[in-house]
Amino acid sequence: MATTEDPRAERQATSTERWKEELYEATPERQGELFSTMSGVENEPLYTPDNVELEYERDLGYPGVHPFTRGVYPSMYRGRLWTMRQFAGFGTAEETNERFRYLLEHGQTGLSTAFDMPTLMGYDSDHPRSFGEVGREGVAIDSLDDMETLFDGIPLGEVSTSMTINAPAAMLLAFYACVGEEQDVPIAALRGTVQTDILKEYIAQKEWIFPPQPSMRLVVDMIEWCSREMPLMHPVSISGYHIREAGSTAAQELAFTLADGFAYVDACVARGMDVDDFAPRLSFFFNAHLDFFEEIAKYRAARRIWATRMRERYGARNPRSWLLRFHTQTAGVSLTAQQPEVNLIRTAIEALAAVLGGTQSLHTNSFDEALALPTEHAVRLALRTQQVIAHETGVVNTIDPLGGSYHLERLTNELERQAYEYFDRIEKLGGVVAAIEENFMQREIAEASYRYQSEVERGERVVVGVNRYELEDEAPLEILRIDPALERKQMDRVRAVRARRDSAAVEQALAELKRSAEGDTNLMEPIMLASRAYATMGEMCDALREVWGVWRETPVF
Amino acid sequence: MAGKIRVVIAKPGLDGHDRGAKIIARALRDAGMEVIYTGLHQTPEQIVETAVQEDADAVGISILSGAHMTLVPRILELLRENGADDVLVVVGGTIPADDAKELKRQGVADVFGPGAPTSDIVDFLKDAVPA
Repeated sequence: MATTEDPRAERQATSTERWKEELYEATPERQGELFSTMSGVENEPLYTPDNVELEYERDLGYPGVHPFTRGVYPSMYRGRLWTMRQFAGFGTAEETNERFRYLLEHGQTGLSTAFDMPTLMGYDSDHPRSFGEVGREGVAIDSLDDMETLFDGIPLGEVSTSMTINAPAAMLLAFYACVGEEQDVPIAALRGTVQTDILKEYIAQKEWIFPPQPSMRLVVDMIEWCSREMPLMHPVSISGYHIREAGSTAAQELAFTLADGFAYVDACVARGMDVDDFAPRLSFFFNAHLDFFEEIAKYRAARRIWATRMRERYGARNPRSWLLRFHTQTAGVSLTAQQPEVNLIRTAIEALAAVLGGTQSLHTNSFDEALALPTEHAVRLALRTQQVIAHETGVVNTIDPLGGSYHLERLTNELERQAYEYFDRIEKLGGVVAAIEENFMQREIAEASYRYQSEVERGERVVVGVNRYELEDEAPLEILRIDPALERKQMDRVRAVRARRDSAAVEQALAELKRSAEGDTNLMEPIMLASRAYATMGEMCDALREVWGVWRETPVF
Repeated sequence: MAGKIRVVIAKPGLDGHDRGAKIIARALRDAGMEVIYTGLHQTPEQIVETAVQEDADAVGISILSGAHMTLVPRILELLRENGADDVLVVVGGTIPADDAKELKRQGVADVFGPGAPTSDIVDFLKDAVPA
């Protein structure tokens, strides 16, 4: 007989609740340290079918099958390992070219270029603002001439190259394409990734030039041009890495990154592009921090959200448009200057999380990076860390091996829920650009970062060697020193280029670039022309600054 | 009765690493100090101008771009030129030990590296700034 359930009847405690009450709570918990995740997500002591909602086909499915929670490819690492891609760059193009060759000789499978601060900000090496910064945190690239040196002896038809460049991404992509042309590689055959993700610059990394609106136009120009001319290039790498490094939680990293991704999709659709013409070439870049399960959950939630929204909301029909493929870098922010060798262990654990989360490529930080740019010795150990995970641990043998863990599935659901909550808040503010202009994400991140720091200072979070297990006397570590003479050398290089090029051709190309910027035609062609004429990156950025102005943020803390 | 300690937190150089600067700014404010945060990408000239205008007791320079040996000495020099060499200068960021020693020799009051607790910085300023 069916009886109507009396809502006033006391709900039966689940067996998990009874276990908790009768057995778990019978013994006291450790005091002092928090049991929540590093991002502050509360954790129950145990997850079981009683407190985790999971519908297998809907929520997980199969690798290579919507919603791709378990992985974007059917065979994952049994088909092909992830790309081991160490980020490198310092000094002039010559020094970095040497480091690239060193990495390729030691088994690295893709290149990744770090540019110096002046390049990131669109200043040539001899600009007054560049003084003291040239080649310090990456390689200085001023013109096609430097790009030729950077890839000297490296056949661009055979490598894939990632370039971490945003505001002046279009110029650097053009330089790369020109080197391809010179090597007789059709630009349609060039493979790689340009970061180009300007939205996260306003949110977190803060290497910007122009205001958001014209910057978005430049991003869409690149996406449009690449889909036609360089179909194997990923024109944008939508990045959470820097958001996390700026102090966000895992959920904020997930939410803001995907919100940025959808903003680019919206902008391309508004340009009149068909979503399936560009979405398959969008890629992502996430952080791998120390809270092991939270990180793995983040990658899985990211894949599920992207696949779901791209299909349901944007009506993407091509399954490749649903795939969230991503690069991962271990968390620089987790490295300590104290007892730096311990960073090897942190990085290994973070890298393992990235692999268990199904990353397509990985950079492992070197243990000395809280102190300086890494030495060759430190970089080799970082690469070896990936090789040990790939070849010795066996974690590559089964796809998504932690899938089905009650704890992991519940964390995946929770991060997904928090991300959707942020999407709603951002939408209410008028979208990503409006939210940036109101400092919304910047404030959320500053808040999270201060909360975490306070927890560390109260000893509720332990950082080994920093607030526990400290050493009194530490032997100094040998670090990489950037020769200050390299700045002078690079200034001479860019001046020599200016002296020997056809200056009338440069003037003409820059004037053409300005005219195009004032109108609404795609800017990639004029940027290619100016690059071939050896116009510098700074000159091209100046031309655009004149038309578009520059961005200034209202600082909040 | 002495007023609040006035501190300018400054980000010189082109790098955008502002997590530390913002945490310090907030910790000093929570400790009862008057904090002015300059924002990013400031030139030494802009920083010294702010310090003078705000009548700061101390300037905290956060720098992670590797350009500290160029930019910090320039800030010290400009403070002297502006008759503001009584302003206490502290530096934070990824500063190798040898460089920290040299900066202190040139007049920086102290250098705080990665992992330094904010309470150390608060205590240092409270001790070093004359009441």
